Amino acid sequence: MGERYNIHSQLEHLQSKYMGTGHSDTTKWEWLTNQHRDTMASFIGHYDLLNYLAVVENESKARLKFNYLKRMVQPCGPPPFKEDE
Amino acid sequence: MNPYEDVYAESTAKNNKKYDGYDMALDPDEDIDEDEEDEQVSKNPQVNIQKYFQELAETGEQAEPFAEKRTQTIADRERGKYHERRQKLQLSPGVRYDPFAEGSQTPDIHSVRRTTIAVVRENQVMREKQELEYKLKEKAKAGDLKPVQTEEPTKKKRRWDQTANAENIETPKVLTTKDMETPMHQIWEPTPARAESGAITPPDISSLSETPKVKTSTRRRWDETPKIEQGAETPHISGWAETPKVDRLADEAAAQLKMAKKRSRWDETPVGVQPVGSVTPSYTPSTATMTPVYGGYGDMTPSMATPAGIKAMNLQTPVASMIPMTPEQMQNFRYEREIDERNRPLSDEELNGLFPPGYKILPPPDGYIPIRTPARKLMATPTPMQNAGMNAGFRIMDTPDRGGVASLIPDYQPGGNLPLMKPDDLQYFNKLLEDIDDDSLPPEEAKERKIMKLLLKIKNGTPPMRKSALRQITDKAREFGAGPLFNQILPLLMSPSLEDQERHLLVKVIDRILYKLDDLVRPYVHKILVVIEPLLIDEDYYARVEGREIISNLAKAAGLATMISTMRPDIDNIDEYVRNTTARAFAVVASALGIPSLLPFLKAVCKSKKSWQARHTGIKIIQQIAILMGCAILPHLKSLVDVIEHGLEDEQQKVRTITALALAALAEAATPYGIESFDGVLKPLWRGIKMHRGKGLAAFLKAIGYLIPLMDAEFANHYTKEVMITLTREFATPDEEMKKIVLKVVKQCCSTDGVEPYYIKEEILPDFFRHFWNQRMALDKRNYRQLVDTTVEIANKVGASEIINRIVDDLKDESENYRKMVMETIEKIMTNLSAADIDTRLEELLIDGILYAFQEQASDDTVMLNGFGTVVNTLGKRTKPYLPQICGTILWRLNNKSAKVRQQASDLISKIAVVMKACQEEKLMSHLGQVLFEYLGEEYPEVLGSILGALKGIVNVIGMTKMSPPIKDLLPRLTPILKNRHEKVQENCIELVGRIADRGAEFVSAREWMRICFELLELLKAHKKSIRRAAINTFGYIAKAIGPHDVLATLLNNLKVQERQNRVCTTVAIAIVAETCSPFTVLPGLMNEYRVPELNVQNGVLKSLSFMFEYIGEMGKDYIYAVTPLLEDALMDRDLVHRQTAMSAVGHMALGVASFGCEDALTHLLNYVWPNIFETSPHVIQAFMSAIEGFRVGIGPVRLLYYTLQGLFHPARKVRDVYWRVYNTLYISAQDSLVAGYPKVQDDGKNAYVRYEMDYFL
Repeated sequence: MGERYNIHSQLEHLQSKYMGTGHSDTTKWEWLTNQHRDTMASFIGHYDLLNYLAVVENESKARLKFNYLKRMVQPCGPPPFKEDE
Repeated sequence: MNPYEDVYAESTAKNNKKYDGYDMALDPDEDIDEDEEDEQVSKNPQVNIQKYFQELAETGEQAEPFAEKRTQTIADRERGKYHERRQKLQLSPGVRYDPFAEGSQTPDIHSVRRTTIAVVRENQVMREKQELEYKLKEKAKAGDLKPVQTEEPTKKKRRWDQTANAENIETPKVLTTKDMETPMHQIWEPTPARAESGAITPPDISSLSETPKVKTSTRRRWDETPKIEQGAETPHISGWAETPKVDRLADEAAAQLKMAKKRSRWDETPVGVQPVGSVTPSYTPSTATMTPVYGGYGDMTPSMATPAGIKAMNLQTPVASMIPMTPEQMQNFRYEREIDERNRPLSDEELNGLFPPGYKILPPPDGYIPIRTPARKLMATPTPMQNAGMNAGFRIMDTPDRGGVASLIPDYQPGGNLPLMKPDDLQYFNKLLEDIDDDSLPPEEAKERKIMKLLLKIKNGTPPMRKSALRQITDKAREFGAGPLFNQILPLLMSPSLEDQERHLLVKVIDRILYKLDDLVRPYVHKILVVIEPLLIDEDYYARVEGREIISNLAKAAGLATMISTMRPDIDNIDEYVRNTTARAFAVVASALGIPSLLPFLKAVCKSKKSWQARHTGIKIIQQIAILMGCAILPHLKSLVDVIEHGLEDEQQKVRTITALALAALAEAATPYGIESFDGVLKPLWRGIKMHRGKGLAAFLKAIGYLIPLMDAEFANHYTKEVMITLTREFATPDEEMKKIVLKVVKQCCSTDGVEPYYIKEEILPDFFRHFWNQRMALDKRNYRQLVDTTVEIANKVGASEIINRIVDDLKDESENYRKMVMETIEKIMTNLSAADIDTRLEELLIDGILYAFQEQASDDTVMLNGFGTVVNTLGKRTKPYLPQICGTILWRLNNKSAKVRQQASDLISKIAVVMKACQEEKLMSHLGQVLFEYLGEEYPEVLGSILGALKGIVNVIGMTKMSPPIKDLLPRLTPILKNRHEKVQENCIELVGRIADRGAEFVSAREWMRICFELLELLKAHKKSIRRAAINTFGYIAKAIGPHDVLATLLNNLKVQERQNRVCTTVAIAIVAETCSPFTVLPGLMNEYRVPELNVQNGVLKSLSFMFEYIGEMGKDYIYAVTPLLEDALMDRDLVHRQTAMSAVGHMALGVASFGCEDALTHLLNYVWPNIFETSPHVIQAFMSAIEGFRVGIGPVRLLYYTLQGLFHPARKVRDVYWRVYNTLYISAQDSLVAGYPKVQDDGKNAYVRYEMDYFL
């Protein structure tokens, strides 16, 4: 009986184990950084999407892949200065 | 989906599994005789009362009427076993010094606290002491122990010079008594053996009053030097549980004694004091230690096996009973106190209360002298009978108020919302009985009290109380500190009256606080280990797991260095029990912290030169590691083998044996890899087999046995041939342990690839059968099992007929156990190898033997039955010639007087029905069916269940049309049986009915089916799930057969009932009916029912919808628009449950209609579902989440993402919380799809947020 609801009461904890999930204190920067990373991972992962982008940018696919990987470090730039710190 | 299969498959396929949870034994006295007994009582009360008195006389008044009902303590369970030695262990005094506490600083060895070195030294001293004692004993036995010689060792050991004189005088006298082996018993034996104390009644008070002075030395020992007792020489428990039963002395004697005891201070020098009277000095200590029993119970337990309570308690407690006693003693003590209290002379006030007013007290006559001799006193007491003549009439008097009695019954209820204490808890929790304001206490004591309260709540409280207390103690663990916590928990865990549940709870407490305390536990590691290690060898599996858990947490908290330095001294402890548990604990530490980190230490221990015990324990640790960790040892196999290798040639036999056992464990864990690692030990093992005899040989054989499966075929063959010579020699061994090992090794050898069948046939089988296949082997359960396994393994190699030929005649053996063993072997062989190589002759013998064995069996287990079934089924069509004979037997046995026999016969029918069909013996089957039908009036439920099962078996194979008796006769007979409350009957009956409803519904009138429907409603509340499920499925078949309308009406009516489970099952049944008869037949009626303004009904309808959409899946696309208005209404209802159920219905629906173009309806519903996002009830949250998951699939994650966006950065945290949770759910399950849907966010001055690639257009 208890087990069933426990899963839900721990849902938040379970979710927090995954990269890219957020919580009520997630900042705009964090959220968008994750979005960008997901986007680029998706580009790299979908073969046809990468083809499309390569044609648009007139760039080799390998170069694009490399660029995306590199950009994943800080896709939106450095984190904004926090006021309360 | 074919739900039919779902319900019936399991019952037909694994008939034997099905009843696992049930008592297969038929108890003929179960129902009927109970009534008979009641009748008897009413008919002839006289006889029964007499019988009662007779019983009473037989059991004696000491017998406790509730003895059976009492919960067993752990101590009770372990009585007389190896485990009992746990109680000898003691918590080491003081706190261990933590050398790692100061980090890199050099630890202070001269610390006052106990360092490892100190402990090792103590150990050393104890070992020497023990050896010395052993030598003395040996000498005493040999007879060359002279009184003069004893002087020397005694002097060496003596600790108190002032008593030396007195004891020197005594020693020779001690030796003259029978206790030759305990010449030092003054020092080493605190409680004299029970025999002594019981036999000697103090002959004279005057002499007794002298004794305490001699006794003093005993007392002092207990107070001052607890360390010495650890030598475990003391006969602990044995004597003192009985002590209170000693005949009580006259009160005066006790009083005098008490006085005398008080007078003699323990620090007085007893030198020169000689006991007067006829008692020999050697006896005095025994009587003396007993004396306190009369004197007020205060000191009665000097030989406490467990140090109980906090030290401080003993000093502070004002009440005598607070000093630790066993439960029995407590009981006795209380009882006697109460009797004394009740029988005390009446006081003047009481007499005043008793008599009506108007009496006056006369002075005794002048010349009166009261009688002093007790015997005459008794005679003089006038009894009511005597003066019946003059005192006519009888008067019931009011019960006088004797407040004293009540006040004497101890109070177990501490104040302040605490649970009741048990009598045994008193010694630990007595402080709580004093009503003190916590604020007034000094902080330390207040803390102690606080912990005590929490522990009491955890130990005795109700679950909620326990839960909150556990949380509190965990949260505040660091605040309380390790010391105060463990000082209370550990003594509790050592308590002799602890029960399993209590231990579990306390262990849980330790587990929780370990996490919190972390490295603060270091000083207490040893104490914790003393308490927890015994769990590792507990009988209860869960206790063992719990113990491992704690020790591994402890290891993680305290660190490897502390663990090693704490446990190091125990490795060569003199007590085997300590070493054993320590080895296991070390194995747990190794599994927690990794084998590599422990390896250097193990290497050192296994090579220890100091003592063989250390080497033995070291090797045992490795054995335990292998057992505990299994194949996880593989990476370290080589180093582990290297560490113990040399043990095979140790000078100590025990070390060699354990090494072989450890190698066996390692090989077993490594199977089938890692033979290279064992290269080095093969040769010594080999030599060992040639050299050893007895136990050592057994261990070596075991090791070889486990190594052979690791080898490649060629080697295995070679080694098998070599080892077989020894093995065949040992076939004849009378040693049971050896037999088991030999069997095991034979099994291992035979199962390897390299061994040729002909070799086994020629070399092994003759001897094997001669020595092992005899009645004696069937007696011991473990031998039995091993022999069956080995024989089956051999059969796999040499073929079925080879083995069966040899044992088939034994099916007619006179020993039932042996027949059973034969049967089980045959069954297993035939299951593995089928009946292909069994020739006609053997077949005949087999059936003949089985029939004999089946008829002769007296026990009620299923071995014979299963064996019979298996053999018949494997023989298949070849059974045909024997079927008439088998059926004859069955028919005859169906008519038997014994219920068990009838049950087995009908069980057999269900087992062989398939084969009978295959043999085309339909006529025979109809006959059987007819007979079974006639036996449906069977009154034993177990038998009735089997008969129904047999009928089901026949119906299943013969089909509805050919069934005899015809279905139209059979079913009406089954309807009343559905009312039977016995689970086995219910289950078999409902399955039979369901089968008929599925396959042959047309044979029965619709009215009969309706009648069955009503019966089925009752079955919906059965306890067993399979019955409920079968009933629900049957609803489906019936609805299919007679049309859903009538069935539905019945079911909808049932929604109005109060009982929840009944309603839930009804909703499931409605959903099933909807599924089997298509939803359109059911939906109109169902939706109409929603108009009934009744909560239960409406919820039932919604629930049915939910189940229905779950079952019909994509068929839901046709009905979604029909039900949307209803769901709309439900989702807007005020009632929470309405919305909850509707949401789960919507969830199932959305999942079903995904990609069928119903997005419009779904979006509409989503708008109704969404506001429930802020609900707080867990059920509703769950329903909401499942609806969201459904929508995610049904209308796509991006649409949902836009719903969540509005709240992700809402100013209110509560809103953000829940919206993020929904977002995370979406994100985790549809991360990639969301990429296309993220909103465009403009760059700010610092960061670039636009994903410009998304705007590319070609």
